[in-house]
Amino acid sequence: MDTTAMLIDVAILTPIIAVVGILAFSKKPNLREAISLIAGVTLLAINLKLYSSFNHGEVLSRQWLEILPGLNLSFRVDALGLLFGLVASLLWPITTLYAIGYMRGHNEDHQTRFYACFAIAIAAVMAIAYAENLFTLFIFYEVLSLCTYPLVTHAGTEKAKKGGRVYLGILMGTSIAFFLPAIIITWLVAGTLDFQQGGIFPEQTPIALLSLLLVLFVFGVAKAAVMPFHRWLPAAMVAPTPVSALLHAVAVVKAGVFSLIKILVFIFGLDTLQQIPVSDYLLYLAGAGVVLASLIAMRQDNLKARLAYSTISQLGYITVGVLLAVESGVMGSAMHIATHALGKITLFFCAGAILVASHKSEISSMVGLGRSMPITMTAFFIASLSIIGLPPTAGTWSKWWLLTATLETDHLILMGVLILSSLLNIAYLLPIPLRAFFPGKQAVSGPVAIHEAPPAALIALCSTALACVLLFFFPNPLFELVSQIFSEGTP
Amino acid sequence: MLSHLPILQVILPLLGAPACLILGRGKLAWLFALLVSTLSFCIAATLLYTVYHHGVISYALGGWQAPWGIEYRIDLLNAWLLVIVSGSSTISLLAAQSSISSEIALDKQGLFYVAWLLCLAGLLGILATGDAFNVFVFLEISSLSTYTLISLGPNRQSLWAAFRYLIMGTIGATFILIGIGFMYIMTGTLNMADLAERLPSASESPTVFAAYAFILVGISLKLALFPLHLWLPNAYSQAPSIVTTFLAASATKVALYLLIRFTYTIFPSEFSQFIIPLADIFVALGIVAVFSASIAAIYQEEIKRAIAYSSIAQIGYMVIGLGIGGVLGLQATLIHVFNHALMKATLFMALAGIAVRIGATTLTSMQGLGRKMPWTSFGFVAGGLSLIGVPLTAGFISKWYLVSAAALAGRWPLVFLILLGSLLAIIYIWRVVEALYFKSAADNSPVKEAPLTMLIALWLLILGNVYFGIDTRLPVSISYEAAAALVEGRP
Repeated sequence: MDTTAMLIDVAILTPIIAVVGILAFSKKPNLREAISLIAGVTLLAINLKLYSSFNHGEVLSRQWLEILPGLNLSFRVDALGLLFGLVASLLWPITTLYAIGYMRGHNEDHQTRFYACFAIAIAAVMAIAYAENLFTLFIFYEVLSLCTYPLVTHAGTEKAKKGGRVYLGILMGTSIAFFLPAIIITWLVAGTLDFQQGGIFPEQTPIALLSLLLVLFVFGVAKAAVMPFHRWLPAAMVAPTPVSALLHAVAVVKAGVFSLIKILVFIFGLDTLQQIPVSDYLLYLAGAGVVLASLIAMRQDNLKARLAYSTISQLGYITVGVLLAVESGVMGSAMHIATHALGKITLFFCAGAILVASHKSEISSMVGLGRSMPITMTAFFIASLSIIGLPPTAGTWSKWWLLTATLETDHLILMGVLILSSLLNIAYLLPIPLRAFFPGKQAVSGPVAIHEAPPAALIALCSTALACVLLFFFPNPLFELVSQIFSEGTP
Repeated sequence: MLSHLPILQVILPLLGAPACLILGRGKLAWLFALLVSTLSFCIAATLLYTVYHHGVISYALGGWQAPWGIEYRIDLLNAWLLVIVSGSSTISLLAAQSSISSEIALDKQGLFYVAWLLCLAGLLGILATGDAFNVFVFLEISSLSTYTLISLGPNRQSLWAAFRYLIMGTIGATFILIGIGFMYIMTGTLNMADLAERLPSASESPTVFAAYAFILVGISLKLALFPLHLWLPNAYSQAPSIVTTFLAASATKVALYLLIRFTYTIFPSEFSQFIIPLADIFVALGIVAVFSASIAAIYQEEIKRAIAYSSIAQIGYMVIGLGIGGVLGLQATLIHVFNHALMKATLFMALAGIAVRIGATTLTSMQGLGRKMPWTSFGFVAGGLSLIGVPLTAGFISKWYLVSAAALAGRWPLVFLILLGSLLAIIYIWRVVEALYFKSAADNSPVKEAPLTMLIALWLLILGNVYFGIDTRLPVSISYEAAAALVEGRP
């Protein structure tokens, strides 16, 4: 048996083992958090090892067991999966570090349950990233919805319960009503659910059926937050900030767009996708979502709500990129998974740091905060630039590719949409750090002195902000990885 | 000895019942009943193994050959059901002693086990026999003992519930008897195999048609098929909790077996295909059952009653599978019979555990129990997830097959109606989950975890739900062989 391939098992099981440790030491917070951190670093190391083996051309695949005749629980490392796996495993230890500062600074209850569910969610993310077929992906997609539910409802208040209801209702509802039948029909039509280069549908499949399936998939994967099934994401913001940061800016939503990319590229295939007329409508729907979500974001005064709508808008970019059905679009989307993850997690870290340090959650009350929290606000500024897509930050590259793809396919309206949305990004993100530093005449200083957030949180948000900048100057590894998505043999 | 297994299967609990009476009351009777039930389960498992590997077993009672004597005929279909019924009896009995100690007076406990064993003998007899009149005899044995068991419930309403069930059940049994009588008039035989041979030549006769109609309606009453289901919610919610666990997992399954047996192996296929559009009736009634019962379940304050309504909905799914027909449709039904026994036993077992400790299972009385009885409460969540059909639970497998069957038959609206039905299940399960975990209890008196034997039984069932959601070889292969044999062997 190939020992390197066994690392896939280890990658999925490491967070699970961490759960056991977390539960065992629930009474000793220091040890419990140390386990989370060690597991996070180990997971990152495993993913890096998988990455280097993959670059050496090794084929890494694992088959666990056959659940139904012909339908296996099996895993395989490919470029797209590595990208997602690396992003998630890089950000997990950083988020844990941040969470230690945040959860203690905020005196949250049930911290053991929090860390345990968090680790299970990461295990599910690993399994989604390396899933070899749609069946495996679906199973862990559902696991991810369920294990993040206790995190969303963490506070246990009436508001948290309502948020949890919307969260689970939309995610489970769409996956049962749309995603599952789409998978079953695909299985009956194609006879396989394996992700394959160029898609799996036989040539004579009627276009009407393919159109139906495409619509079912795009709406069924509600984690991608395509409007009108996006309401769960703002609802999930009642969760503690580390959850919003890693899960609802990175892991869960990216699992959604990741699944969408996998399905459109490796189940349909780009050639088939181009022939489906309904994909144009979906494209404009996603484009409309991008602008609408940005407009809604402008009107939110609650910082986390504004960031949530900004995420919906940015996810729309990724969906648009794939639906364009050209290689440059898919590559831009894949890169946007990584660059948006770094930018948005930094913004959420900052939002949480502000909440812990100053107990402020409304944007209007953050004027002049730059004096007392300069590091946080600088990080916020850098991350905003990355989300907008301005140099010298990583977001520049992915937006560049996405715009190229719209040009390549002559979708000039969509190009306009993307540019318009970026301008809106400027309008709703940049004023926050700018007015924090330059409050003007209406300087507001609270009665109590405000200090920076706990050091653990500061380290976390500085490292992700730094990563945004570094990825601008050294984007090559990312380029190389996404350019392998379409090379022969993968997946 | 081994060749006598088909009759031992029935005789053992039948003789065990009077022996139990001699043993008196309390623990001794319980242990004895548990032993008898366990032995029955072992016999059933051996029979299933033998039939699967060596084909149909035919046993002539007293050495009198069929069709003159009474034949016991075990094929895969009834061997499968024998395992389900004896298994659910054993696991419920394991928990019975702790459960009934709070619900039934001590001097009646001995009689309780006598009635239980008689009920088990009756159910197993219906399944094992190959003689139509014998079916009626065992049906009466099981029904009368069921009425007794239900009337032992803790409230006075249980007498009324038992009486109502007695009226409805007797009408059903009488209808079946009339049908069997008509068949005997026309063919002069009561042996099932013999009937199947002789009925086609008499199929023009209105008497046979009347017999068919009487039997169908009679069985549907026992099955609680919409709109003949009105007895079920009262009977299930008023019976002693552990009796509900047993009945929900077994009694309606036996009625479903009769439905399959009569439509597939006894009556000529033109009856169910041409003379009356049985397939369409099944699908239509099934859909109405799913929606009406699920919606009713959402509005119940008493949770045992809500889950009882859910049983009516689940019977709807099984009947839909029959209506879709073909090997896949029948297979879906047979898989769901097994999985539904697992999930309903889990749910009712968890409720039984709650009833022991707090004496009620209303939504308000269950508030906040997630903290106080974590192990028992989790049982309800696990059973509920399986009922919804979340991946990695048994319920997902059922849903996969049912949707596949509907899609393969090209019945698209049906696909979505089935899935919509399971969305309703999310609602009626989740309102309980929210009460368990998010509401705080009215009084903060400490509540102990359910008794140990109940917890063991509950967790065996939970593990069963997960195990058969992952390793599906047993139910899938047996149901496939059984369904294929039934469809091919159709007269």
